[in-house]
Amino acid sequence: MADVNRGSRPLSPHLQIYRPQITSVMSILHRITGVALTFGAVLVVWWFLAAASGPGYFAFVDGLLTSWIGTLIMIGSLWALCYHLCNGIRHLWWDTGRGFELDAVTRSGQIATGASVVLTLIVLILA
Amino acid sequence: MVEFALPKNSRITVGKTWPKPQGATNVRAFRIYRWDPDSGENPRVDTYYLDLDDCGPMVLDAIIKIKNEIDPTLTFRRSCREGICGSCAMNIDGINTLACTYGLDEIKGDVKIYPLPHMPVIKDLVPDLTHWYAQHASIKPYLQTATPAPATEWRQSIEDREKLDGLYECVMCACCSTSCPSYWWNGDRYLGPATLLHAYRWIIDSRDEATGERLDDLEDPFRLYRCHTIMNCAKTCPKGLNPAKAIAEIKKMLVERQL
Repeated sequence: MADVNRGSRPLSPHLQIYRPQITSVMSILHRITGVALTFGAVLVVWWFLAAASGPGYFAFVDGLLTSWIGTLIMIGSLWALCYHLCNGIRHLWWDTGRGFELDAVTRSGQIATGASVVLTLIVLILA
Repeated sequence: MVEFALPKNSRITVGKTWPKPQGATNVRAFRIYRWDPDSGENPRVDTYYLDLDDCGPMVLDAIIKIKNEIDPTLTFRRSCREGICGSCAMNIDGINTLACTYGLDEIKGDVKIYPLPHMPVIKDLVPDLTHWYAQHASIKPYLQTATPAPATEWRQSIEDREKLDGLYECVMCACCSTSCPSYWWNGDRYLGPATLLHAYRWIIDSRDEATGERLDDLEDPFRLYRCHTIMNCAKTCPKGLNPAKAIAEIKKMLVERQL
């Protein structure tokens, strides 16, 4: 085996071929929503800063954030917050060593996803 | 490190399509990853056709038939053909499993077969597991004791023995570790689900007297804490074990001993 060139070995395909699982998709969504929330938070802070700096600038920022694309981003952020919260509770439950059976993992995933949508709708209706 | 795309030398090209069997009615296509270390070419996916009416029921039966009757250069590991040696682990239809215990009837459409994901390939479906074995050795997978050995054997209560159920059955096929995205990106330092399951198997063994040292070794941002409970390991384990739960138990023990 001494003459084998190990340096030229290819890397076997991974993301390209692995079938998405409900668990892995929810896991990466948890991270994506976490990162996206930072962006959403910056927008909200910008809105507050604009409100503090004067009516002219506030009108500009408020117009931007309540335009259809601004509304879409804000509703997306709201859902991201709800999802991150619900899935975060799921992670806390796992941290106690419970809920690791395969059917429990699938069920808690469905519940967390469903709850995030319901929470988003409740906030939208109340707000 | 996270690298979504494959390196240049690993990109997969379209390979050869072999002829269909004559006069067969129940034909299935097999798309199989090939890489020949002597050719200097990139990996490719070859297409084979088999008459399933003239083939055993498992994926391993099919690839043995391909090797015997169509293409003797097709290379893969296999031994026991009953799910106890762990040799024929590969990525079949998008998940990692043992070719010998995975039925062809569980797959819809073409049968796509790749080596275990994100590993250096030696040839075709044979991955290089050297690093993975070294990680397993690093957790000292054997009984460690300070007290002198008893005259007969180390005794264990029935309850303590039961704690090893769901752990000792691991056949070291590497399906779980190579299904784990965290292991893909940080496999150089993260031990991965298989090794951590074995670590836990020795941590909770009532006869072992190195529990503290074992936990010390794992208390590390990479070796243990790259597990983000993605759960691909438990989903894919062909023996139905749950490495994610074993890892959670280790994390719990690390917290509990601080209290």
